[in-house]
Amino acid sequence: MNRIHYLFNTKKERVLSIYFTAGFPKLEDTLPTMEAIQAGGADIIEIGVPYSDPIADGPTIQESNLAALENGMSLKKLFDQLVGFRAKIHVPVVLMGYLNPIMQFGMEEFCKKCKEVGIDGLILPDLPMQQYLEDYKTLFDDYGLVNTFLISPATSEKRIREIDSHTNGFIYMVSSNSITGAKTGISEEQIAYFERVQAMNLKNPRLIGFGISDAESFSTASKYGNGAIIGSAFIKTVKNSSNLDADIQQYIQSVIN
Amino acid sequence: MIRVDEKGFYGKFGGAYIPEMLHPNIEELRENYEAIVATTEFQEEFQMLLRDFVGRPTPLYFAKRMSEKYGAKIYFKREDLCHTGAHKVNNTVGQIILAKKLGKKRIIAETGAGQHGVATATVCALMGMDCTVYMGELDIQRQRPNVERMRILGAKVVPATSGSKTLKDATNEAMRAWINDPVGTHYIIGSVVGPHPYPEMVARFQSVISEEIKWQLKEKEGRENPDLVIACVGGGSNAAGAFYHYYNTPEVRLIAAEAAGLGVTSGKSAATTALGTPGILHGSKTLLMQTEDGQVIEPHSISAGLDYPGIGPVHAHLFDIGRGEFVAVEDEDAMKAGIELSRMEGIIPAIETAHAIHALNLIEYRRDDVIVINLSGRGDKDLETYIKWGNY
Repeated sequence: MNRIHYLFNTKKERVLSIYFTAGFPKLEDTLPTMEAIQAGGADIIEIGVPYSDPIADGPTIQESNLAALENGMSLKKLFDQLVGFRAKIHVPVVLMGYLNPIMQFGMEEFCKKCKEVGIDGLILPDLPMQQYLEDYKTLFDDYGLVNTFLISPATSEKRIREIDSHTNGFIYMVSSNSITGAKTGISEEQIAYFERVQAMNLKNPRLIGFGISDAESFSTASKYGNGAIIGSAFIKTVKNSSNLDADIQQYIQSVIN
Repeated sequence: MIRVDEKGFYGKFGGAYIPEMLHPNIEELRENYEAIVATTEFQEEFQMLLRDFVGRPTPLYFAKRMSEKYGAKIYFKREDLCHTGAHKVNNTVGQIILAKKLGKKRIIAETGAGQHGVATATVCALMGMDCTVYMGELDIQRQRPNVERMRILGAKVVPATSGSKTLKDATNEAMRAWINDPVGTHYIIGSVVGPHPYPEMVARFQSVISEEIKWQLKEKEGRENPDLVIACVGGGSNAAGAFYHYYNTPEVRLIAAEAAGLGVTSGKSAATTALGTPGILHGSKTLLMQTEDGQVIEPHSISAGLDYPGIGPVHAHLFDIGRGEFVAVEDEDAMKAGIELSRMEGIIPAIETAHAIHALNLIEYRRDDVIVINLSGRGDKDLETYIKWGNY
């Protein structure tokens, strides 16, 4: 059974997914970061594949992407680092990346590698649903990869229903019309959107992301979805860390407790 | 037939690879733009503004001295005489009317050389709309006069400080700004790049260039079709406009001049078809300068308007099927061509445009061939670069 399905079958509330950029702050931090995220008590690990032009991301994640590239991170390097990670990591692991580096790697080869090392799902923000259905769905299914789509306050009900019917992992609810890390806190307008989607009774669980940074925003998001995704705030935590393991665990504890 | 298909592809290139957050905007545009553009109301306003505000039709000028030198009949399509100094305004006039009909209140744009930024700021002033232009920090430095023009026109100029701090990064910033305010904002893309329907929409607004060439050449030469059309290509909007009505007339050779920078193999170049491979940038699949790992390579060109690592998907297609002939022009040669045009015909061209002039030295043609060169813009904005280069 796919670990993402297993997770949501056994845990419906306060699911926490943590995003980090592979190769940041240091090239070899990938595995230690994953271990610390798991030890801290997060439920899903989302590994960002760095890209030179991440158009959906704000300054924090942009900078981490560029720093990771300068450190020498690449998909090839990442897969090398990920060999054998399942000996230590049991939570679901999702790769998040823009399409171009994956296309250059080769989509089938990419899926094959994901399966080999033990990746459970993908988040490809610039892969449109139609293109996914026509070109990649069969491939992802063959390699047991769950594809996650994003929705935002501007997504129509019809489109949300369509997305819900074409995914079987979770839906990534972008909390506001924004890039990552742009806004913090949760407004009444956002709550109205959360309630609107909640009332749709979708078949997939929902994780709320963008603007979640602490215990309060995590708890609010968890009221309206099955949990939340933290990215930029986590990157800020690791950016200046002198003790990665302790700082990561402490940060995650501060969010979930 | 060379034309965009219903999914937004020209052959293998194009499409709309955008984050879901922009899906509603792109859908809105895709569903409405053709219908709006087809209305009499739109066309009347568009034609009136092109005529009375932009100053169209622009002349098709027979360049006598250069014709003698090069042994061909050389005509210049004088887009440099458009209001604001370049062809860019043809597109911004079209898109601003469209934005108004879509009920948008605010306009954002990216700019490289600043010509598209100025053209956008101009039409926003004309329509009383709020305008923000994203421009690479490096370009802000090298195109100072255009930055001040935008400010005089009431636009806000926001520096893009990531990457190479040029056009690619300005485009990233504009896309992010659109994600942050998708409902009330229209993004006026300045070239034939971006997600479908932008490349085709911008090309259509620019197609007035080849539409005029056809009847003007008929008047002067008794024929609608030249033997060659030459234009410079960064993203490729002036080239798309100059080629548009000749795409499917294979006897007309289409020559695209790319920026080779310090040389195609120097590592400081923007010659996309020479160096690029298929990839995705700014929402479309196209030819792209990138590393083996799929990271975008920072381009270089002395001309800010050609300093872009990709190319419009229609041009990638023209290249792919051999319909377009692509040449790469180095910085130094472009500068010399700019001086030559100034001295021989009394026209100081934009440095982008000077690349198209130098293409005459890189291609073969028959004596007395009729050649139309699209003079996409004038050189006022580039005076500082000319002065710094100093070799005149």
